[in-house]
Amino acid sequence: MKVRYFAWMKRTVGVPEEDVEPPAAVRTVGDLVTWLRARSPGHAEALAEGAAFGAAVDKRTATFDVVLADAREVAFFPPFTGG
Amino acid sequence: MAVRVQEADFDVGAELDRLTTGNRRIGGLAVFVGLVRAMHVREDYHKDRVDALTLEHYPGMTEKALTAIVDEAKSRWNIIDCTVIHRYGELKPADPIVLVVVASAHRGDAFAACEFLMDYLKTRAPFWKKEETAEGARWVEAKSSDDLAAERWKR
Repeated sequence: MKVRYFAWMKRTVGVPEEDVEPPAAVRTVGDLVTWLRARSPGHAEALAEGAAFGAAVDKRTATFDVVLADAREVAFFPPFTGG
Repeated sequence: MAVRVQEADFDVGAELDRLTTGNRRIGGLAVFVGLVRAMHVREDYHKDRVDALTLEHYPGMTEKALTAIVDEAKSRWNIIDCTVIHRYGELKPADPIVLVVVASAHRGDAFAACEFLMDYLKTRAPFWKKEETAEGARWVEAKSSDDLAAERWKR
């Protein structure tokens, strides 16, 4: 699956996107966050517990309890500041 | 109903014409044009001049999110037609950044839907602002007042 990062999270993680193959035990968005934290100190910082960020699964806003199932793209981003 | 995400500027007059031409049921248009502010509103930053703004967005999700917000507005008010345009990329102070036009038979629906669209757009559409100032670039932080503005439409 492809994981994408936006705004400052891109810089903190170090890459704008990456292809990952999480193990079967990673079922939800929240599981994925926990699993991604172990990839690098940048991941751990950007996706830290208590950090203000949201997620989308296949371009739809998703809460952390959403099941990934056969998701192709998961995105993480800071709160929106458009308008 | 038109939703557009674009780098280019927009012509407000042309957009209004496009909505009204040939539609005699329309009794009024509520229009909101958002501009890039040259000054930061937060008191502690009042001396920081914003030289430029870069808007990042999430292509694909942005259009979906804006369309969902328009659909929500249509389910709540009598809207004949509407246009939502949001720009991305590099913008300068005073540049137009967002346009929301709502056409309806009566002003009540137009005003309410226009305000709703702006409140939801700010909190639900994946845009991020980065300001260039004399002290360097910084990502704009989300404002709790925007969350509160969107919250009041909950039902």
